[in-house]
Amino acid sequence: MTYTSPVPVTDGHLYQGSSLELVNLGMAYGAIDVLRDVSISVAPGTTTCIVGPSGSGKSTMLRGINRLHEPKSGKVLLAGEDALALRPDVLRRRIGLVFQHFNLFPDHTALENVALSLRKVKGMRKQDALQVANERLAEVGLAERADHRPRDLSGGQQQRVAIARALAMEPEVMLFDEVTSALDPELVKGVLNLMAALGQRGMTMVVVTHEMNFARRVADQVVFMDEGRVVEIGPPERIFDAPRSPRLQRFLSQVL
Amino acid sequence: MDWLDTLLSTFFDFEAMLAVLPQLLGTGLVNTLVISAAATVIGVVLGMVIAVMGISPSRWLRVPARIYTDVFRGLPAILTILLIGQGFTRFSQAIFGPSPYPLGILALSLIASAYIGEIFRAGIQSVDRGQLEACRALGMSYGKAMRLVVVPQGIRRVLPALVNQFIAIVKDSSLVYFLGLLVTERELFRVGQDAAVLTGNLSPLVLAGLFYLIITVPLTHLVNYFDNRFRTGRRKAAPPKSGLDEVEELAPVTLTYGSNT
Repeated sequence: MTYTSPVPVTDGHLYQGSSLELVNLGMAYGAIDVLRDVSISVAPGTTTCIVGPSGSGKSTMLRGINRLHEPKSGKVLLAGEDALALRPDVLRRRIGLVFQHFNLFPDHTALENVALSLRKVKGMRKQDALQVANERLAEVGLAERADHRPRDLSGGQQQRVAIARALAMEPEVMLFDEVTSALDPELVKGVLNLMAALGQRGMTMVVVTHEMNFARRVADQVVFMDEGRVVEIGPPERIFDAPRSPRLQRFLSQVL
Repeated sequence: MDWLDTLLSTFFDFEAMLAVLPQLLGTGLVNTLVISAAATVIGVVLGMVIAVMGISPSRWLRVPARIYTDVFRGLPAILTILLIGQGFTRFSQAIFGPSPYPLGILALSLIASAYIGEIFRAGIQSVDRGQLEACRALGMSYGKAMRLVVVPQGIRRVLPALVNQFIAIVKDSSLVYFLGLLVTERELFRVGQDAAVLTGNLSPLVLAGLFYLIITVPLTHLVNYFDNRFRTGRRKAAPPKSGLDEVEELAPVTLTYGSNT
């Protein structure tokens, strides 16, 4: 079920998310397998939430999708193309990743954080890059703070800059790696709202999260992972209201 | 008070000092600064190359950088200066003429680059890994990410250590006299020493020492000042601000999750 809002989704940028498919993905750190036979299919413009206990391989999987960590086996298909056959730099331009700890560039202002890769990766002219960066910052509610450096922004604001930075590259898929875990509680909702809005505007999103309410309301599909495998996959109401496997039942009894 | 007079006339003979002052200023100080500055500039450039090689993913760059650093940090400065300064005279003669001055600068540069390379390497490696990952996730190549984001942050952190290294170079520049410099090429120590030998009085050397202190002591304090400033940050004190104010920033994004029930 798609999350519906009482407000029409007309304002703001519309996105053209691509499909993403993982086929029997396997990943390892050295000799230790951390991800085994993970197969997930994400339709264009939908939101998939990945939940599971720590050490279940959720974050590792995201890093496999954009090849910050090279997969060991299996396939990643972006819009039907073999992602492992693309050059990593080219692939990463098409997939945005937002980190738990923001990883903003501390010596750049919010605006420069967003504009840097536009200029240096996309090769845009300074004027154009700054204009796009300003638009993206406005979209995440930070137009007023474009000239602030990360240390003068709250965690929530920093995370929104990080989202704007990833969006500016016009990715086809956005990956979110526990992006609200390091935030003060009152700032979490703002970031989640923003992500929900992105999904509504057509972005394809894969969201690793501990926010079960978000997953329940926003996700089109929820994946429960444990010990490097997909244990259960299905629409949120199935996963949360009628969990089948004992592992998921136990996990939900701990987090809800 | 005989001994006091002896001490004063040995170390603080003002007439002897005054006699050598023009040479110390016009020749010694100038050459010391020229040698030190040149060795520092070359050392910084070479050191950056060594540092980037030293953290490269490729073993073929890492291992040579390691060996280079170990050799030039492990040898006594005087030995390196003599080996380079006398060993390469033939090459130097073809390019710079007979003076060993350029070779002295080169030797000091090589020594300095080994230390500066380690300083840069430590600085670059202290930058949070997330910075490199963020760059790469945005599609930057490793080289671009290092050049645009990681290395500049690393350099800023090690500025105090670089100033310390400059102080060490200023002191080591006195060793170049071993190579036998022309009269006009003498640095502070050599000018002072020549005058001391000539007059049989140590006061010119004491004055040379004072010049070294005039260069190095303010720099030492500058380092401490920088160090404190970097540690405490430049952040101005701001009144506490409620995180709740921030909720309103997102008003333009009209979608609200969780309000549709």
